Amino acid sequence: MKKGIYLLLLSISIHFLAKAQDNAGLTLPTGFKANLFAENIGSARHIAISKNGVVFAKLNRADKQGRTIIRLADENKDGVSDNITGWANYGGTGIYLTGNALYASSNEAVFKYELDSKDEVVNPLSPITVVSGLISRRQHESKSITFDKTNNIYVNIGAYSNACQEKDRTPGGKGMMPCPILDSAGGIWKFDASKENQTYGDGKRYATGLRNVIGLDWNPQANKLYVAQHGRDQLNTFFPSLYTDAQNAELPAETFYEINEGDNAGWPYVYYDNFQHKKIVSPEYGGDGKKEGASDIKNPAVAFPAHMAPMGVLFYTGNQFPAKYKNGAFITFHGSWNRAPLPQEGFFVAFVPFKNGKATGEWEIFANGFAGTVDGAKITSTRNAKARPCGLAQGPDGSIYVSDDTKGSIFKISYQK
Amino acid sequence: MGYSKIRCFLFGAIIIMLFVSIKTQAQNLENGKKIYQTKCLVCHQSDGGGVPNMNAPLDGASNVIGNDIARLVKIIKNGFNERVELDGLYYSNSMTANPDLTPAQISDVLSYIRTSWSNKATKVTTVQVQQAIKGNQKTSAK
Ligand code: HEC
Repeated sequence: MKKGIYLLLLSISIHFLAKAQDNAGLTLPTGFKANLFAENIGSARHIAISKNGVVFAKLNRADKQGRTIIRLADENKDGVSDNITGWANYGGTGIYLTGNALYASSNEAVFKYELDSKDEVVNPLSPITVVSGLISRRQHESKSITFDKTNNIYVNIGAYSNACQEKDRTPGGKGMMPCPILDSAGGIWKFDASKENQTYGDGKRYATGLRNVIGLDWNPQANKLYVAQHGRDQLNTFFPSLYTDAQNAELPAETFYEINEGDNAGWPYVYYDNFQHKKIVSPEYGGDGKKEGASDIKNPAVAFPAHMAPMGVLFYTGNQFPAKYKNGAFITFHGSWNRAPLPQEGFFVAFVPFKNGKATGEWEIFANGFAGTVDGAKITSTRNAKARPCGLAQGPDGSIYVSDDTKGSIFKISYQK
Repeated sequence: MGYSKIRCFLFGAIIIMLFVSIKTQAQNLENGKKIYQTKCLVCHQSDGGGVPNMNAPLDGASNVIGNDIARLVKIIKNGFNERVELDGLYYSNSMTANPDLTPAQISDVLSYIRTSWSNKATKVTTVQVQQAIKGNQKTSAK
């Protein structure tokens, strides 16, 4: 009897030890470890971290207590949040911290909150409206945000369309010429973050021809904006005579751009083909899979496999990780759906090396295993992924945090020499 | 013909009719599956699970296994792009219209999605689809 209890206790403690040592189910490069900083907090999209290590997560929909901005503090400093509070009642994706100002976005607007010296929100019920009235028509509605070094805010306004067809998502349907969506969406808009109650007229279209950007960050070394675009869907289902299922699964590339003011990434007229290394005219605009697009369209800094859905970008400025990571970019990939009927891909965090502020063009998988499949099995239906990486932020100690918007986990990834 | 001969004939006829109807029903489902694979699977996925936040699930969806056939027919014919809650959640993609599907094809694909995965609802007949199209035309003319 006694023996039995000892055995039970032993197996329980082995279970917990294994749980702590299994890196929260993730596969990481040697020397890195991961743990769950939080679990089940809701549809956690982007995250921001204060200099004291308090994590703020923006939820896509209200949690059971009706909150959409979640504050997670780790007061006993054991790497797991132990004091979780929250406020706000609008769903959305964007959240960003500069000094003691916390910015959060709904799908139409950007709001500003003030934090006190303990990172508690001062005005939870009365934020300042920085920008409002932004187009939100269901598709690609999230408004991601980032900042440059001079207090300008960059807001993604996604195109409410797949490829600007006269009737969206129609087999064989023609694209509109010119695409009228680009006047007010399908690009990045720049606003002065110190002003209030702005809308389109107060801002500037900083970059265009971007179908939908969710992950974006300022590269501090190059002093430039970087954005990751979600490429168009359904080449095979809408143009079956031009593209097979297998070709659609690999086309077009997901693309990562260095953005200068006025840049045009070419949506909807072209897409990037990572096998021909060319911008190819979209079939909605007379393309045949080979015809090249206009030469003045921006080339990507890095191209990734199709449909993996980049969600968050983080330029790493910490000192904790090995030197190769410094000033490089991490990108979360949500995982695909449009590769069906072929197996889905993504569900990982990639690392993109940079040299002197420029991407080398290479990339590698940094953290994998979010989908939770056994023995490398593939996800065939997207809902079966246990976690889908979304937000990314760097903590004050140089660890990075990754949010998941399916179950609401926050993974903390650190390096130990 | 003696009484027992008539009985025998009727019995045989019923068996044959049952057999034919089971066979056509199986063909209908097979046909519905083919339509699903070419026109629906990319968004709703092979297991009817949909894509979180983007494409509504069909597996277990109360509207899909429910009794409002006219609504289902309308969605398949016209596509679907509305900000509505479906079983407590919202989906942001826009669904492709299928103006080219015949009533028979619509009944096949509806029968397939209502009886696949965990769904155990009744099949839909071509007549039900035709009636729904007529009804939908009347309400949209109003
Ligand atoms: C381009 C993606 C796409 C394709 C292709 C597609 N759907 Fe949909 N479907 C959706 C989306 C998105 C919704 C939810 C739309 C909304 O909320 O307005 C939906 C909703 C539905 C619904 C309603 C579900 C409910 O709970 O009320 C049904 C039924 C349905 N689809 C069936 C089909 C069938 C059958 C096909 C193939 C003939 C198909 N869909 C093809 C994206 C798609």
